Amino acid sequence: MNTVINRNTAMRASVAMMALVIVAGCSDSNNDSSDNGTTPVTQTYEITVSNLSSNQPFSPLAVVLHDESYQGWSIGASATIGLEQLSESGDNTPFLAEATDANVLAVASGDGVVAPGTSGSIELDINASSDVQLTVATMLVNTNDAFAGNGGLDLSSLELGDELMIRLPIYDAGTEGNNELAGTIPGPADGGEGFNSDRDDVDVVSRHPGVVSNGDGYIDSVLEQSHRFDSPIAKLVVRRVN
Amino acid sequence: MKTKSILLLSALPFLFASPFAAAQTVDVEVTNLTQGIFFTPLLVSAHDSSTHLFEAGQSATTELQAMAEGGDISGLVTATAALGAVNSENPASGLLAPSTSTQVSDLDTGSNTHLSIVGMLLPTNDGFAGLNGWEIPQDAGTYTIYLNGYDAGTEANNELVNGGAAPGVLGIPANPGGNGGTGASGVTTTETNQTVHIHRGNVGDTDVSGGVSDVDSRIHRWLNPVAKVVVTVK
Repeated sequence: MNTVINRNTAMRASVAMMALVIVAGCSDSNNDSSDNGTTPVTQTYEITVSNLSSNQPFSPLAVVLHDESYQGWSIGASATIGLEQLSESGDNTPFLAEATDANVLAVASGDGVVAPGTSGSIELDINASSDVQLTVATMLVNTNDAFAGNGGLDLSSLELGDELMIRLPIYDAGTEGNNELAGTIPGPADGGEGFNSDRDDVDVVSRHPGVVSNGDGYIDSVLEQSHRFDSPIAKLVVRRVN
Repeated sequence: MKTKSILLLSALPFLFASPFAAAQTVDVEVTNLTQGIFFTPLLVSAHDSSTHLFEAGQSATTELQAMAEGGDISGLVTATAALGAVNSENPASGLLAPSTSTQVSDLDTGSNTHLSIVGMLLPTNDGFAGLNGWEIPQDAGTYTIYLNGYDAGTEANNELVNGGAAPGVLGIPANPGGNGGTGASGVTTTETNQTVHIHRGNVGDTDVSGGVSDVDSRIHRWLNPVAKVVVTVK
């Protein structure tokens, strides 16, 4: 069984990044917490997602801080109902409820749509923990069931003031065929249906193949050329602020 | 943690300076990330630093062409073995379906220092997923690599599924998903860049009994990367 989460690799990348930060001259290793020998009671992370697409507004961000026991999705596995709803309608409520039920560290929703060319930020507090991972998901609303995201980004080695940046790929929830037909896409390109519990596609999560659009010869598509996208589609910056 | 990081950094020059490449045992997991593209039998090859299964910007070898147009890795196996490579052939025992994984376990690389992976993308004319000469780390650990889709540059991407698998025969050998069309007129008969290059993707169409392409534009396109490789150095 494959897994999206790979702690060792993420840890390795984080350690390498930290080493660079140190060499760059930020080697003042003392902060308040280490001076008095205690660890902070809370850890606070600022999570910012920038929409790099042409014309794919992002639904309100779903943000989950968790340990290694949680996984929002996995390539080749069926999407949960929560992920299906997020990916088809943009409603992240059930997805975050599933995470809460899994006893994650914290969940949060962005307060609105993140338009192309803009960013959305969320701050989350958790009790001090040495096993912290981040999962982020947001629907590309002018699609049938595409979402941008990252599963299980390891934040354990992120110290106060540190930040890390990754770019987000696009996944396909596999729960709704990418027919691009009028009435099937909830975003402003169509104003069509969001969630539908029927699963008429491959029913496993994969990377998204992209949309075709009527600008590329698919005359029945309600999407036009501006709705096309390539990978990566978003920039994710995580900053530890406490 | 900071102390550890500095130690790690300072140790790096010594690792790179080491003149002896120790034999490594590695596990290699390959995941097909796509929603609608199959991989033909994969070749996972550990070889020396000067061996290349392919190079972007260079013409494909006849062995690479056979893999990219028909999924036949036998030529690459023979050619690399003659250079001392250690190969794992066809770990998935056939096609690697969309969104599935396969694993090569305990590959003893011997004196070989670099890893390459290739497998044809179906349905395409001469597309393949490729890793070219990734240096196997000395340190034990788990490493993740993402692979792009390449075009061998040896065949025009006409996108007609006609069984054309032999090198030089125009056409796509098969559409394993059976979810395309037939009777198309063909997208093109020329190949502009005849060196190995990043694949532009399938065009496809939505006409099941005609149109320009026998593949479906909604299903048989992809965005890079097409594969995820997790290498565990033991």
